[in-house]
Amino acid sequence: MEWNFDSGGPIYGQIVEKLKRSIASGELGPGERLPAVRELAVSAGVNPNTFQRALSELEREGLVYAIRTSGRYVTEDRGIIDSVRRELARRSVREFLSSMEALGFKREELHGLIDLVDTDKKEE
Amino acid sequence: MAILKCSGLTKSFGRVTALEAVDLEVESGRIVGLLGPNGSGKTTLIKLANGLLAPGSGEILVGGKKPGTETKKLISFLPERQCLPDWMSARDLMGFYADFYDDFDRAAAEEMLKRLELDTGKKLKHLSKGSREKVQLIMVMARRAKLYLLDEPIGGVDPAARDYILETIISNYNPEASVIISTHLIADVERVLDDVVFLNKGRVALASSADDLRERHGKSVDMVFREVFKC
Repeated sequence: MEWNFDSGGPIYGQIVEKLKRSIASGELGPGERLPAVRELAVSAGVNPNTFQRALSELEREGLVYAIRTSGRYVTEDRGIIDSVRRELARRSVREFLSSMEALGFKREELHGLIDLVDTDKKEE
Repeated sequence: MAILKCSGLTKSFGRVTALEAVDLEVESGRIVGLLGPNGSGKTTLIKLANGLLAPGSGEILVGGKKPGTETKKLISFLPERQCLPDWMSARDLMGFYADFYDDFDRAAAEEMLKRLELDTGKKLKHLSKGSREKVQLIMVMARRAKLYLLDEPIGGVDPAARDYILETIISNYNPEASVIISTHLIADVERVLDDVVFLNKGRVALASSADDLRERHGKSVDMVFREVFKC
């Protein structure tokens, strides 16, 4: 996993976000065991307590669960995974819409734009 | 209990006040950034904790005790300057550290040196400056201390060496110990910090959890620092 942190909000929030995306996209599969906190923190180059805080947040949201003696696992509940996937998708769409709006495009022009990009892709 | 506690700590050198009425507590298990421009009192504070300087007034306690023989067992110190005998090799140094410190973990030091792919038989004076700094940090981090005091551990090293050093710090400190890293290179260290303490002209200008600070300001610790210390 590649880690890049931006200068905006807190680091733990950025870790939560990144892991959510990995779980939603299946990069981290349902039931997959996560490495130890220390190992994850070292690979991301962050403080272990910060990583721990991010994992606690994911636990609270039901995306990972801990088994006392054996470690942490990605949830097997596909319903939760799917709802995160949808939440992330909705956010991407909102961001897309607001940047289009900022460029002065109207909602009804967007479908045309998407088709245009599709044609470009096919020609490549 | 706080591993390091300063109350009303003041230290002057002649007419120059290096630290003024510093109140500070460092809890166990934290990595703390002691951040400030040059001359803000960072090294003075570290030397006071080490017992290399005596307080003018106020108090500094390490593990509840005044700095002295007992607290030296608790502290592993990386000075700003190169302090190891340069006619020794890394292997000699491990013996040297093991003789001096009961808590020196030779296996851990050997493991770290192995990862560095460094010739442990070579005298320090024949190593590059970067390698010498890494060897010194390895000796310091291989102690099982309660408080690590690292004075400018990443000053003057390249980005790859900096990553190695930060990784060595996070992978080697144990969760009951605390690490204080003094530096003015904030962007480079902020990801590894639990807490930040800004020192300005010998006073604590700000003390906060690093992530809380980022959350409150919506920007990096480095950017907040630039605002606080704007010239």
